[in-house]
Amino acid sequence: MPGKTDEFLKKIEHTRVWRSIFRSGGGSSTLHNALAIQQSVFLHLFSTKVRKRVISFRATWYLGALTLGTFFILVVTGVLLMLYYHPSVPQAYADMKDLQFVVSSGVFLRNLHRWSAQAMVFLIFAHMFKVFYRGAYRTPREFNWVIGIVLLLVTLLLSYTGYLLPWDQLAYWAITVGSNISADVPLVGNKIHFLLLGGHQVDANALLRFYVLHCLILPFVALLLVAVHFWRIRKDGGLYVQQSEPAKASTIAETELVKEIQ
Amino acid sequence: MEEKLLPVSQPTAGEFDRRAFFTKLGLGSLAVAAAGTAGFAYQFLSPNVLYEPSPIVNMGKPGDYDVDSVTMNTNAGVYLMHTSEGFFALSEICTHLGCLTAWNQELGIIKCPCHGSQFNRDGAVVEGPAPRPLPWLKTWVSDEGDLMVDRSIQIDPMQFLRI
Repeated sequence: MPGKTDEFLKKIEHTRVWRSIFRSGGGSSTLHNALAIQQSVFLHLFSTKVRKRVISFRATWYLGALTLGTFFILVVTGVLLMLYYHPSVPQAYADMKDLQFVVSSGVFLRNLHRWSAQAMVFLIFAHMFKVFYRGAYRTPREFNWVIGIVLLLVTLLLSYTGYLLPWDQLAYWAITVGSNISADVPLVGNKIHFLLLGGHQVDANALLRFYVLHCLILPFVALLLVAVHFWRIRKDGGLYVQQSEPAKASTIAETELVKEIQ
Repeated sequence: MEEKLLPVSQPTAGEFDRRAFFTKLGLGSLAVAAAGTAGFAYQFLSPNVLYEPSPIVNMGKPGDYDVDSVTMNTNAGVYLMHTSEGFFALSEICTHLGCLTAWNQELGIIKCPCHGSQFNRDGAVVEGPAPRPLPWLKTWVSDEGDLMVDRSIQIDPMQFLRI
């Protein structure tokens, strides 16, 4: 027997406003469910229907989804940290200290941002190992693997650019060392180094450039590629699941062998 | 009444093809615009004026430095060496990945804290990943009698400044 809440929700589903927003309409038929996915700008990237075993924990360990989860945590905490952080030489370090000791929940948000960043890199590698050892990168999913590699590089660059922002000794020397590696590129190394830092040494220009890369350019590129990455899952035939257990294959090979001996 | 279609002229080999010409013209102008944008972006991203410290530093009077002394000026990133052969200035910045090295008086050696490179007093690599010796820097005495070092100009080693 439907409760009062259910009745109320049903009523809302039939209002003109609801119908104008969610055009698939109310109802719980398979078609309605599929339409609800297909007609949402966010969900249409995904398959409208999947097999149960594909979304079981065993298939993927949810490593990709968890990576996206850490990315969202990083966006939310990062935007909040931006409200107190000035990317300038006199203020950057002091703002970090303020976030730790003065701002309410500042230390929580800062640490959440830092730990999520570490977790995201860890989860990406776990995700890649899972995909690699299951053979999920093979045809027709090769291109999605390549997008994944680019996403890994973008994530590492996000980690690297974020590392400078506290503007302490660790940040300064890490970026000095890291940017000097770019100077070893043949022929154009010094130019890349100069463009990256906006000067010859890690200074105010470098701090501002890294800030813009970290807060604007790289997250935007990451989000764009994540969308393509998820969309490609559907286009490449859904999430990969192993068709048969490896044990079965070995039994077949053994019977073949036995036949040959006989 | 039957309409007569005009015969479509097929371009023969070597004949002037208008469509191909305009396609090439369009792609060509896009390529020129892309190259211009790349050049513009490169110029915009390269700062024309830098507010970095001057590469020329004043190291004070030569008389302040004893013979056989190594003076580490961490702010300038320069070592000033005074040997019996004369003065010379050595960059303090490691040639490996740009860390600030430090003089170890007991061992008589320059060490980099980042990746373990070691240099002797002339800047030559003794150990570690450093690909090049520490560069010698241009050194001279100003009209006021001060020792001057230009960190942006490297000179060949063993060119001592004798006063």
